[in-house]
Amino acid sequence: MTEPGLPTAPWSPAVTPGGPAAAPTPTSGGGAAAHSTPDAPAPGVLPAVEGGPLGEDGLVQLLTPPGERVSHPEYDAYVAHLTDDDLVDMYRDMVLTRRFDTEATALQRQGELALFAQALGQEAAQVGSGRALRAQDHVFPSYREHGVALVRGVDLTEVLRLFRGVDHGGWDPVAHGFHLYTLVIGSHALHATGYAMGVQRDGLVGTGDDERDTAVVAYFGDGATSQGDVNEALVFASVNRAPVVLFCQNNQWAISEPTTRQASAPIAARAPGYGIPAVRVDGNDVLASYAVTAQALERARTGGGPTFVEAFTYRMGAHTTSDDPSRYRSAEQEQYWRDRDPIDRLRAYLTARGVLSDELVAKVQAEADAFGEHVRTAVRGMGHPAPASMFEHVYATPHAGVEADRAWFEQYESSFLDTREGSHR
Amino acid sequence: MTATIDTTSAPGHPGPTRATSPTSPSATSPAPARSSDVPPFPTGTQRLTFAKALTLGLRRALADDDRVLLMGEDIGRLGGVFRVTDGLQAEFGDDRVVDTPLAESGIVGTAIGLAMRGYRPVLEIQFDGFIFPAYDQITTQLAKMHYRSKGRLSLPVVIRVPYGGGIGAVEHHSESPEVLFAHTAGLRVVTPSSPAEAYALIQQAIASPDPVLFFEPKGRYWEKGEVDLDAATAVPHGAATTGMDCARVVRTGTDVTLVAYGPTVATALKAADAAAAEGTSIEVVDLRTLSPLDTATVAESVRRTGRCVVVHEAPVTYGSGAEVAARITEECFYHLEAPVLRVGGFHIPYPVAKIEHDYLPSLDRVLDAVDRALAF
Repeated sequence: MTEPGLPTAPWSPAVTPGGPAAAPTPTSGGGAAAHSTPDAPAPGVLPAVEGGPLGEDGLVQLLTPPGERVSHPEYDAYVAHLTDDDLVDMYRDMVLTRRFDTEATALQRQGELALFAQALGQEAAQVGSGRALRAQDHVFPSYREHGVALVRGVDLTEVLRLFRGVDHGGWDPVAHGFHLYTLVIGSHALHATGYAMGVQRDGLVGTGDDERDTAVVAYFGDGATSQGDVNEALVFASVNRAPVVLFCQNNQWAISEPTTRQASAPIAARAPGYGIPAVRVDGNDVLASYAVTAQALERARTGGGPTFVEAFTYRMGAHTTSDDPSRYRSAEQEQYWRDRDPIDRLRAYLTARGVLSDELVAKVQAEADAFGEHVRTAVRGMGHPAPASMFEHVYATPHAGVEADRAWFEQYESSFLDTREGSHR
Repeated sequence: MTATIDTTSAPGHPGPTRATSPTSPSATSPAPARSSDVPPFPTGTQRLTFAKALTLGLRRALADDDRVLLMGEDIGRLGGVFRVTDGLQAEFGDDRVVDTPLAESGIVGTAIGLAMRGYRPVLEIQFDGFIFPAYDQITTQLAKMHYRSKGRLSLPVVIRVPYGGGIGAVEHHSESPEVLFAHTAGLRVVTPSSPAEAYALIQQAIASPDPVLFFEPKGRYWEKGEVDLDAATAVPHGAATTGMDCARVVRTGTDVTLVAYGPTVATALKAADAAAAEGTSIEVVDLRTLSPLDTATVAESVRRTGRCVVVHEAPVTYGSGAEVAARITEECFYHLEAPVLRVGGFHIPYPVAKIEHDYLPSLDRVLDAVDRALAF
């Protein structure tokens, strides 16, 4: 079933980004208008939504919460090429992401990590959108996009270097087309937009060559949409027609503040005012998340400009390990969303199709357990940064102020009788 | 149909919230020149205004490296409110000399993304007092990306900031916020004091792999000086007296070291002239760079003179004068005949234009400080 695609390392993505699972081209028109059908509202014109920013009406959905495949006139085309193996791979990525969350949370409780931010509940939005990317695309994540990181081929233990306090980043952002986590809310929406403006200047938009046309994605949350930087990113992306997808995971909570403190109307409804097409998708539906992202990426690559995606989902866990959601939200609400678990939804669909056998579920679970073991071992083996490493990479070229401080510090350190690493702490 | 905006029908420049240039603007914007209208690059040594020297430095950088981009508000057809980018959009096109939306954080934030993609953006912040919407992007992103990425990402972004007062402007158009950036690790902060320095330093800043805050003393934009346009300038962190990291002794003397930078270098030189008439020999050091601060050049001078006065327009409280004083006290304690004195702005918001010359460090206030230093 999945064996041919399974890489040797259990924590690698099941399929290389940009591989067979990515990049559908169901339309031939090239322009954004080609995606419209008579049955679907035009991009940028959102159907009226009852219930304000938390309304669930009109979300693009291909899998219902019980796992039933429903047809969509516009988006079926974007998933038509996906095989059962592709869907099992998505299932696997989501299970691994959740196992990573569980393991990292446990490591924080054991004192091995200073902090951790779970992706719990957002696996479908992340894995679905991430799998629509190609190798040459570039992602600017916020700080809980572990599912996207996994799909981009980042060893997730590298992510934990940040949370353990041994690195401010961890991985090579260029090698994976996956930028470092940005902790200041929304700042990276501008970086993504500027990067996309660079892609434009490089002539890598609208060439018609799937290996060259490039798109950029910024992931941020509902809280970030209140930031000036996200709004400025929408302006710059719009007037420059930048090949960028602004992917908002509306997980309904910005730490303790509900989306209703950020917006009184659906967040995605703002984008058309900037001249940017928008779509609201069921973010707990991995297929729909894949489909809307694939469409948005295609629009970007073909020169159709930016798209705003609002993936409506739920932060099933705490904001971080330092948070206590019981202070601000109800157990009933949490249960409502546990019943809409994105992994359960895909599992139910695949099981009903006869694709996901008990044996295969067990096999994925075994892989996840091995991955957890890998995470545990890697974190405990991360070691202690050399104190003088704090002076490295402040500048790309030597800076007299840094060098003077470094020289003083090294002299000071060497003045102790016992200079073994860490001996004076 | 998509809901994208037709940029060709975009509305005009919004509102009067940005004050217009205090310089004499053209009655009409010049029409974009055809490429055949572009004048050849001037050569040899010419007498140029500070602004024109910057224009030519930018022009040379654009011509030398097609990854160099200029971005800012009104820098295209208008040529910038101070005309520093005059004619550059016509010569290099609107993809390389980019009129941006009126959003300073957006300008810096998108420049960071462009730099990650391999471009070398040179940004114009229209006035010193407008930089603060971009302060977050500059200090939390631009300054720290190389560090955060352990050297995997370099951001060769230059931010040009017309700064300082003395031009009779309205509020927010005369400030000197340079130390806020010199205080931030990861940024380099330089400021030229003459047309020749402007021409060289802007090219060095653009060639640097680090982010550079480039403070232009706007009150000196129309002062003229000799500029060697053929000088090789593209080594950013090169040898003493020519590299971007170095202070420079611009007048030698024996009795007092006057430390200045940007707009106050000319004031210091005038003070040296006036003092010489009364028999006092003043050495003037142009810091040129605030980050890194070239302590060695200042200390070498003070060891000879025994006295040091620092002059800048920014408030002296926690200012660069305080930093120089602390370092000189540490390094030259046994050579000092007097405490290091500071002449600069008071601990007040920049005052209204009619009394700004009572706020700025004038020739008389500099000479007063020199007298006090000599009286110890």
